[in-house]
Amino acid sequence: MSHALRADQFLLDADRTTWHDETLWFVREKRDRAVYAVPEFQALRELASQIKDHTLSRLDRYLQEFEAAAQANGVHVHWAADAAEHNAIILAIIRQQGATRIVKSKSMLTEECHLNPYLLQHGIEVVDTDLGERIIQFREEAPSHIVLPAIHLKKEDVGDTFHLHLGTEKGESDPQRLTEAARQHLRAKFLAGQVAISGVNFAVAETGGVVVCTNEGNADLGVNLAQVHIACMGIEKLIPRLTDLGVFTRLLARSATGQPVTTYTSHFTQPVAGKEMHVVIVDNGRTQQLGRPDFRASLKCIRCGACMNTCPVYRRSGGHSYDFTVPGPIGAILSPNIDMKKHASLPFASTLCGSCTDVCPVKIDIHTQLYKWRQVLGEANEIPASKKWSMKFMGRLLASARVYGLSGQFARKALRFLPHGLTHAASFNAWAVARELPEPPQQSFREWYQQQPKPVPQPPQPQVPA
Amino acid sequence: MKVALFVPCYIDQFYPQVGVATLQLLEKLGVPAYFPAQQTCCGQPLANSGCERDALPIYKHFVRTFQDYDYVVAPSGSCVYHVRKHFDKLEQTAEVQHVRGAAYDLIDFISTVLQVETLPGAFPHKVGLHLSCHGQRGLHQANESELTPVRDGQLRRLLASLDGIELTHLNRNDECCGFGGTFCVSEAGISARMGQDRVADHVRNGTQVLTGSDMSCLMHLEGIVRRAQLPMRVMHAAEILNGLTP
Ligand code: SF4
Repeated sequence: MSHALRADQFLLDADRTTWHDETLWFVREKRDRAVYAVPEFQALRELASQIKDHTLSRLDRYLQEFEAAAQANGVHVHWAADAAEHNAIILAIIRQQGATRIVKSKSMLTEECHLNPYLLQHGIEVVDTDLGERIIQFREEAPSHIVLPAIHLKKEDVGDTFHLHLGTEKGESDPQRLTEAARQHLRAKFLAGQVAISGVNFAVAETGGVVVCTNEGNADLGVNLAQVHIACMGIEKLIPRLTDLGVFTRLLARSATGQPVTTYTSHFTQPVAGKEMHVVIVDNGRTQQLGRPDFRASLKCIRCGACMNTCPVYRRSGGHSYDFTVPGPIGAILSPNIDMKKHASLPFASTLCGSCTDVCPVKIDIHTQLYKWRQVLGEANEIPASKKWSMKFMGRLLASARVYGLSGQFARKALRFLPHGLTHAASFNAWAVARELPEPPQQSFREWYQQQPKPVPQPPQPQVPA
Repeated sequence: MKVALFVPCYIDQFYPQVGVATLQLLEKLGVPAYFPAQQTCCGQPLANSGCERDALPIYKHFVRTFQDYDYVVAPSGSCVYHVRKHFDKLEQTAEVQHVRGAAYDLIDFISTVLQVETLPGAFPHKVGLHLSCHGQRGLHQANESELTPVRDGQLRRLLASLDGIELTHLNRNDECCGFGGTFCVSEAGISARMGQDRVADHVRNGTQVLTGSDMSCLMHLEGIVRRAQLPMRVMHAAEILNGLTP
């Protein structure tokens, strides 16, 4: 199913669409205020962009440097080529501990690898400890946003879910009380957790440490209570030095939610005496993207979500309309790398307005990459055949002035004489579902121009094509 | 100065008055412009649909048509942006490079090349300015809210110089209208919703005349205004600056 069809389903509930759009626009405006308040913000973006470009250009070296430093700190480092390997490695570590109860803080990578269902299948209980993640875990839904995973739900929806799973009162929708119920529920899970899994926001090659940014402190609590910590990261999470980190922490929270910094910026460098720490480094298609010159910059992404919040399409179609772990503009340039056929409609789910590129804290040229994916998809015949053929026809039409002049006249005249009901029938004309067609004028500009008394200025002698 | 007028296909066919206003406005500013009759299109609709290869003959035709002029001026920033940014697919001959640099959006041409900042005339109406993304973010004709809270730009300044005009203060100064070329039919639902939301912002804040420098966005917004039968006029900025009344 295409993005447009899934978007149409979302749009059916006009009030909810308005609410979703306004909620995310509110976040975008908060981001704006935070950004305006930092005079050097644009310089920071440039710096972050350069650091990421540099790192990606020497990724092999930095990965090895990171591995050596982490091992020297007593951390076990694992390499996973794909999602299956990632999941198997994690299961093996859990089995080795004889553990069955896992707590997990937010990690888009484990979503991408479908770790939760895999562990459940193998008899392991895994509890998401981020509030938003826990809500959608109860509902067996995918996150609809990378920073705000349950942003598609209203507080009433959360109340219904908690009533079902946590026994809160029916109809309860007070955020304070709902959060308190989740807190009590999660506390028990934290205390029982044997292995804690976390994502990674930044991995520092120089120190071998990983950095996790949260607002709820759930990563720290999980890790500190459990016997084993497993941190999962994509290969692109690296930064060279600890001194580079400040550039990114200043950008990340401001871009994501308009906060100056996330409430918790937790550094995990070595295991506590008597405990274990593992880092799983995952490729899963990333080196393939790194090998595509036009698209490699997408790996600079620090997953702030700003491109989603600003995207006028995302705000009105919801994250699930993208049917990919990472929705929105960045998801639309990451997904065709994974499965071009399945995600062929995503690069077209954009007006190419460019707002995503302008908010991106690491200056990824998102809208240019959307345009370029369209060409790749066109060449690979992954666009609808009707579109392909009409474009071929137009190509020939518009390369010749004479043929073009005739067809335009025809269209305009037809529009004038056809009855409104025919030109505006929904199945006939997607334009006309919500819009009137322009009123065809008596004459075209070129007809008018021809009738003007010469001389309008003398033309230089244009070279007439052969 | 040899100036050619590029009138995009949909303006030629549906909004000839915008082409006329552009020509007359340039003449008033002392710049007679010539309209080469063999012109067709910039190729953007094809390229944005993923058919760049099929657009190459159109690009070449465009270059042949305009290579002998000092400037190519169009009342549509989107086409100009396409010529400047995406004609990189052609072999970069001297002619191609010249045409890419010579292509100007009308308002950009008036502000940057002619260095005109104010225009005579009056327009005593409340005017809502629609910033088109390709002109604003692509050609940098106006500030972007992603970067700065200051609402400034070429067309805003020119309009503000007219007597009696009042510019609408929008809640969202530069959100995309949802036209997006073929997007308007391939994602018709989202496109319409975006347009409706944009128009609602203007209604809420009292716009009487909705304007902008890119007729493609305005065609889409006008379609929505007319469907909802709103008491709002949609005019291209060239018409207003040329002294037309709503
Ligand atoms: S692409 Fe840029 S704006 Fe979007 S999530 Fe990644 S870092 Fe943030």
